[in-house]
Parts: sequence; C-alpha cells; structure tokens
Amino acid sequence: MVTPAISAALPPKFILDRNVALPKLIGRHEDFLVVAGLGSAQEISALMEGRENFYVLGGAMGAASMMGLGLALARPDKHVLVVTGDGELLMSLGSLAVVALKNPPNLSIVCVDNGHYGETGYQKTHTSQGTNLEAIAAGSGISRTMTVEEDGQIPTASKLIREANGASFVLLRVAPTDSVKYRVNLDGPSARYQFRRALSPKR
Amino acid sequence: MPQIDEAKAKQSAWADDLYALMRAEGITQFCFVPDAGHARLIDLSLADPDAHAIALTTEEEGIALLAGADLGGARGVLLTQSSGVGNCINMLSLIKAGGFPFLMLVSMRGDFGESVRWQYAMGQAVEPTVQAMGMMTMRVDRPEDVLPTVSAAMNSVFGTGHSVAVLFTQKLLGAKKL
Repeated sequence: MVTPAISAALPPKFILDRNVALPKLIGRHEDFLVVAGLGSAQEISALMEGRENFYVLGGAMGAASMMGLGLALARPDKHVLVVTGDGELLMSLGSLAVVALKNPPNLSIVCVDNGHYGETGYQKTHTSQGTNLEAIAAGSGISRTMTVEEDGQIPTASKLIREANGASFVLLRVAPTDSVKYRVNLDGPSARYQFRRALSPKR
Repeated sequence: MPQIDEAKAKQSAWADDLYALMRAEGITQFCFVPDAGHARLIDLSLADPDAHAIALTTEEEGIALLAGADLGGARGVLLTQSSGVGNCINMLSLIKAGGFPFLMLVSMRGDFGESVRWQYAMGQAVEPTVQAMGMMTMRVDRPEDVLPTVSAAMNSVFGTGHSVAVLFTQKLLGAKKL
C-alpha cells in the first residue's frame, strides 16, 4: 500500500496510456461483476460489450460506487469491480465513507484519474490541481488503497483488486487523452434485464 | 432527547409490524440518513443480523445503492426525511432511465403543524418534485393505514417495477411543538 502521506508528497504523474493500463490492470474481467460509471464507460464497453457480467451507466453521475456496494452486498458470492473516473468520484466522495463503513470483502473500486473532465472539453478537475483521491479514500476509512502511475505498479494493483479481505481502492493516474471511441449501450432497462437474468437464470 | 423519545414512542405502535412486513416481502437492504421520524425502523434494521443496515452520508447514495442491489436480485428501501428527498432528484434519473424498482419511505416535515420555518420549502416540494421524476406518491395520515399502504407500494415496486414514495405525514408522526 502506498500511504497517502507519501503519494501526496510527490507530484502526481499523469503519464500512463489509459487504453493500455486499464485493460492490463483489470486483467481477466470474467473474474468480476463490473459496474462502469462516467469517465470509463467507453473503454470498458469496448472491452466487455455483450458480456453479461457488465453494467454501464450512461448518466446519473456519481452512482457507480454505491451501485457497486449494493450489488456486492446482494451477491457476496461474486467479486464486484467498480470502474469510475475522477470527475464522477469527486461528485460522490461520501460514498467512499459508506463503502468503508460496510467494508464488503467482495468490492473493489478503480478510479481512472486523468485530472480532467474529458466529456465536456477537458476542463481540469480538482485532482490535477492538488486533490488526491487515494488519500480521500484512505481517509474515508478504506484500509486497502493504492495509487498506480507507472507501468511497474500495475501487477500489484491487479492482485489487490482480486483480494477478498475488505473493500479496496485503486487510483489509476493516466494521461489526459481520449479513451477508445465506442458507442455505449444507453438502453438501461435491457441492460438491467440481461444482467439480472445472467445472475439468476431461474428468476 | 425527549423529542426523539416521543417520536419513537409514536412509531412503536406500528413500526415493528411495518419492519416485519418489509422483511417478509424480501427486503434485505435498509439505507438511511439518521432521522427521528424513522428512528424505530432504523434501530430494527441495525439489530437485524439477516439484513443490511446502510448508513448513508446523503440520501441520493441510497438510490444508487438500491439499483445495485436490484442488479444482484436483492430488494431494499430508502428511509429519508422530506429534506433528504431534495438531495435525490437528479439521481432519480437512474431509476427512470434504468427501469429500476424503487421504494422510498419519507418522514415528512414542513407538512402539518410544522413549527420550523426552514422545513417548509422542501416539505411542500416533495410531492411535485418526485412526481416530476416519474414516481408515484402515497400519503399516510393514520396509523391503521401504514401497513396497507406500504404493502400496496411494495406490490407496485417489486411486482411491476414502478417507483413509489410513501409519505408519512405529520398527522401520523406528529409535529414538534416550539
């Protein structure tokens, strides 16, 4: 674990290529039920389109972490992975405290942090101006946190999000470049139906 | 905390039966921001080893939580005060666009005999705002209507995928006297 004091003391590095680093960090996505929020929807969709262990949000900014928590509590037999962005997480910082309070062993959150609101024209977010989301996650009470900003750190993070000792949080700092372009499924009810049916085929 | 004790005593007549009813309908996730109007239900969920009691930092978190629970095949309820309903409005997009079932029990302030001016703005806005976001509302004024109303609401929510706000009015809960 990189302690917040250390990671906050060094200048952040936004250099990794998100289109390489994120798939590498996630690895075998079949290991997870994945909830993708704003800031990562296109690349996760490109990676997982058509898979039934995958739910993508097309709006409701700030929902991803709490959806992951509800799902993790409902399905303790599965490991839930939330993939969110710095802009979305900044809108729902309190959810980190709720995740810490319940501390489900089967929930991991990966925040893809490019320091910008890519969707609206690359205005800077707070994370490229001093805010450290790993420090906030740790300060919220999530005990297993890590920042990844170099390629060599990815294998450790990939292992961390698969462990089942309590909720975990990985801040993946990447360069402020576009993710792969992909048309996200915006048909919410059909996505819900498929996801539920795959989990509980008899219902 | 005499006012809190008084509120809890008023609820004790029906809250235990209401909790049992919701558990019998398969609700396992109870989420809330601490609130005097729902104090007894919150205590019951915290003491229940077979249910999840989830303390939120703000009410809209509960909407996302319960959508996630639904993805996993679980049922839940958001317990909120009327002022917390205002925090929920944009997140109700998730319910409407995602087709999620959603049940919210609202303890009303700024409603009937309210003595704190600050409570009226959101209290009076609860019904028009949640209706504008596609929710049905059901008001409960009398103790004998609590169980039948929540039962009807659960049918609409879990049977048909609608979203319903049940409003426990200050006629039911009582208004604090200045």
